[in-house]
Amino acid sequence: MKGKNFLYSQKVAPYVFVLPFILSFAFFWVYPLITAFTMSFQDIGAIKTDWVGFANYTKLLKDKVFMIAVANSTKYMFFTLVLLIPFPMLFAVLMDSNIVKAKGVWKAVLYMPALTSVVISGTLFRLMFSEYKTGQMNLITQAFGLGTYKWLKNGWSGMLALLVLACWRWTGVNMLYFISGLKSIDSSLYEAADIDGASPVQKFLYVTLPLLKPTTIYVLTISVYAGLSMFLESYMLWAGNSSPNNIGLTIVGYLYKRGIEKNDMGYACAVGVVLLIVALIINFAQLILNGTFKKEED
Amino acid sequence: MEKNKQRDLSHTPSHIVATVLGTGFFLILSAIICFPVFAGLLASFRPGTELIRRGLALDLDVSTMTLDNYIYLFGGNQDSKKYFMWYKNSLIITFLSVLLTLLICYFVAYGLTMYKFKLQNFLFTLVLATMMVPFEILMLPMYKEIIAFGLIDTYTGVIITGLCSASTIFFFRQYMMGLPKDLLSAARIDGANEYYISVAIIMPLVKPAFASMGILCAMGSWNAILWPLLVLKGAEKFTLPIGLNTLLTPYGNNYDVLIAGSMFGILPIFIIFLIFQKYIIDGMTAGAVKG
Repeated sequence: MKGKNFLYSQKVAPYVFVLPFILSFAFFWVYPLITAFTMSFQDIGAIKTDWVGFANYTKLLKDKVFMIAVANSTKYMFFTLVLLIPFPMLFAVLMDSNIVKAKGVWKAVLYMPALTSVVISGTLFRLMFSEYKTGQMNLITQAFGLGTYKWLKNGWSGMLALLVLACWRWTGVNMLYFISGLKSIDSSLYEAADIDGASPVQKFLYVTLPLLKPTTIYVLTISVYAGLSMFLESYMLWAGNSSPNNIGLTIVGYLYKRGIEKNDMGYACAVGVVLLIVALIINFAQLILNGTFKKEED
Repeated sequence: MEKNKQRDLSHTPSHIVATVLGTGFFLILSAIICFPVFAGLLASFRPGTELIRRGLALDLDVSTMTLDNYIYLFGGNQDSKKYFMWYKNSLIITFLSVLLTLLICYFVAYGLTMYKFKLQNFLFTLVLATMMVPFEILMLPMYKEIIAFGLIDTYTGVIITGLCSASTIFFFRQYMMGLPKDLLSAARIDGANEYYISVAIIMPLVKPAFASMGILCAMGSWNAILWPLLVLKGAEKFTLPIGLNTLLTPYGNNYDVLIAGSMFGILPIFIIFLIFQKYIIDGMTAGAVKG
């Protein structure tokens, strides 16, 4: 009975409640994270594992394919930020205005791509960007009197296909984030701006934009993470992890290729560690921008 | 909306033009967004070989459409059996992972929110820290771990790593912070124990959060690819996305099943979305408003 009372006390109960988190944290975060670091200093063979110091990292720096992957992921991240922050924000402002009817319908439709598995959407987009005459992209070029084009076999157009897929999937989601951000803005601010005779553009620039900052930074962060660690979109668009001249290869794609397909876990973990460092630098930059550390000082 | 109608402004010609333009803009945008799935749906009513030959043609000619792909898909043949096995696996995995994730994350958030204890802030910081590392980095060591635990090719292996979802804990915590703490003291005076209070008194008050998070978890689980792709090895264990992925051969001999199966695979999540739309939007935007 004594043991039971102990578990039921108000001092012990919170620890019982958080116990699953502590276990999950230890097994599926701390341990794999440490292992990712240690493995990155190892050469992991089928029979024996050797410590190789920084050999994986020095090899990585000279690895041309890795550099292609980094360039692709960075480019992809950059363009998704350019496309998937300003436009969804403007769409949200428009959606929030009084000149749009049937808002619920449009919101639901624009969210639909996020519900669709990448296996399905990737397949559909591969068909649309196919090199045959029947692909939608080639139908467009033919309509302008231009010939067909091998969209998924050239660097720039491969990236375009990835970006079109990204825009298709995330425009609606990001728009919803901004709509909820707009809802949290006090409407009296707009009334005050009206009294001062502010134009709609001025209201957007001096009221909406600054007050949307927390939302913008949130969307920015998740977009940076999603952009840098993009893999499945490329995997599905090229029906596998290899694309001509690696035009669709991403950092995570390379990690997958090395770790799973070529079973070179040590080298793959070095790729992962580089990704982690880049992601953390960007994340801390956003926290500083957001003033998170400042708030704690107050 | 109603309020705007009453204003004089809304009857001016310029406002009517603006409304037509504004609504028209979203109509066109929605049409563009719908196109791939709509074209896919049309293609699912044509033979798979047509998909190779003609792509996603937006051909509304009803006379060329047949239900053959769906008849084949539901026909009880080899392919049909395989497809519904994957479907069933996806349903089981989604159901179990939603149920367990919600319960575990609820109790963790409850512990972090409803008590004052020494490690409280530290533990919450750890919850947030887990959000800062992309899953893909932990993927390979976790894969080796799952092999070591003997959980490879099992549903447990697919589900277990995601049960303590930081964003779900975070959302439950945000929700519970708004509840009055007097509820707990009142229940304690009535002689209820700590665990009874968490289940019988607080849990019913958190129902909307369960709905929001349940749907987001279900969507994530139904569409998950990367982790199940690593853990599941045998075709009889595959989830729907992994199974459909194996049909993507260069020969295109499986496209009848692939395209009809894909469209039928979107269905459950679409239905859930349409029913619980409000909760989804609440859940996914929870992190975006508070900076």
